[in-house]
Amino acid sequence: MSTYPDNLKYAATHEWVRLEEDGTATVGISNHAQDALGDIVFVELPEVGATIHAKDEVAVVESVKAASDVYSPVSGEIIETNGLLEDAPETVNSVPYDDGWFYKIQISDELELDELMDADAYFDHCEED
Amino acid sequence: MGQKTSLYQKHLDAGAKMVDFAGWDMPINYGSQIEEHNVVRNQAGIFDVSHMNIVDVSGPDAQKFLRYLLSNDVAKLDEIGRALYSGMLNETGGVVDDLIVYRMNFGYRVVVNCATRDKDLDWIRTHGQGFDAKIEERPQLAILAVHGPKAIEKVCSILDDEHAAATAQLKNFRGFESGERFIARTGYTGEKGVELILPNAEAPEVWDKLMAVDVKPVGLGARDTLRLEAGMNLYGHDMDESTSPVAANMEQTISWQPQDRDFIGRAAVTAHKTEQLEGGLPILTGLVLEQRGVLREGQKVLCENGEGVITSGSFSPTLKHSIALARIPLDSGACQVDIRGTLTDVRIVKPNFVRFGKKVFE
Repeated sequence: MSTYPDNLKYAATHEWVRLEEDGTATVGISNHAQDALGDIVFVELPEVGATIHAKDEVAVVESVKAASDVYSPVSGEIIETNGLLEDAPETVNSVPYDDGWFYKIQISDELELDELMDADAYFDHCEED
Repeated sequence: MGQKTSLYQKHLDAGAKMVDFAGWDMPINYGSQIEEHNVVRNQAGIFDVSHMNIVDVSGPDAQKFLRYLLSNDVAKLDEIGRALYSGMLNETGGVVDDLIVYRMNFGYRVVVNCATRDKDLDWIRTHGQGFDAKIEERPQLAILAVHGPKAIEKVCSILDDEHAAATAQLKNFRGFESGERFIARTGYTGEKGVELILPNAEAPEVWDKLMAVDVKPVGLGARDTLRLEAGMNLYGHDMDESTSPVAANMEQTISWQPQDRDFIGRAAVTAHKTEQLEGGLPILTGLVLEQRGVLREGQKVLCENGEGVITSGSFSPTLKHSIALARIPLDSGACQVDIRGTLTDVRIVKPNFVRFGKKVFE
């Protein structure tokens, strides 16, 4: 698994978003974020149906070490959340870009994706951390 | 770059994530803190705690000096090798540090915290004036803690017959010396195990031998969740110079008898005891949150009798829910914790959550 997959866009606050073929998007937290948090023990996800704005606090990740807010990288309506994280939050540690996704969102403004970083820019951003 | 223990390279080789800990480059984990925690509860893990500071006290007045310096009474150490947990208090009854003291052939060995090294040494030297006692740091010694249900068996397997037999026979809080090496049944996890004090030059070889018998490296992250489950205090979090041991669940470290023993802070902590009985001094207790969420240091505790604060909190990997130590008013009744703006009901329990791998509170 690549640490910075090329097919994703990244927020400065360490969330990733993947635009799907049907126009929805999938959101999670980056490998860099899960590594910094350490073992994740709870994930609090948004309600399906909720309308959110980019940069809203949309989820909370609790690791052994700390609690951390997750900010939505894009605006839209939550259409699905990852139920797997209820019982197996450690999935975010092991496969953050795969089964460790947080929610799917019907995005309301695709232009917001242009404001996010590509893999190279995000790599540089993490190196500066 | 910080100070490095003699096992620095071994940590890197084992894939450690290194962090600064009070000026030392130490392993926080080697991948997963929870897995390391579980290794100590179920198998055997090894911690490098060489950053902790060893201070040897010898000379004709060594005992007299330590009976004055420490709240617990080293006169209880009636045999060579016995260990005692104690506070070192200031005149107002605050905790300068908590420590372990061993009776040794040469006198006494005191092991104090790393982050408090400088102030501890100043304190010990200042109060040692007027006593005929030699106070000597031992930076040339490493400390390895090997803990878990299989720890003693694993340690014995790498020792020669004579040392293995002596180690296997050790009772809790006892140790034995062999030249510069010292092995004692003490620790900070709530599991059986030993601490090995040995010359820095020998530490990497012992580390390798223990790795070869499947003892796993454990970082400071898991050390913290293990000690919290065991209800053991962490200096600078659960108590400090402004906290009375009476308000830090450390009353067992005050030796009130004999009454004529004068130790630093005695008058103050005697008054604290009365104050606490009258409700004027809080207690350190355990909190349990069985639903989702994690209790964290600094969170406010709202009780029927007033307000308290969490001094240490985390997720308990053994219990799979959150636990905490909190300083709250005496007889608090029902309590709620303010978790990121949400008031959440918690249960008050004795500050001891897990021993020998098992839940111990009701």
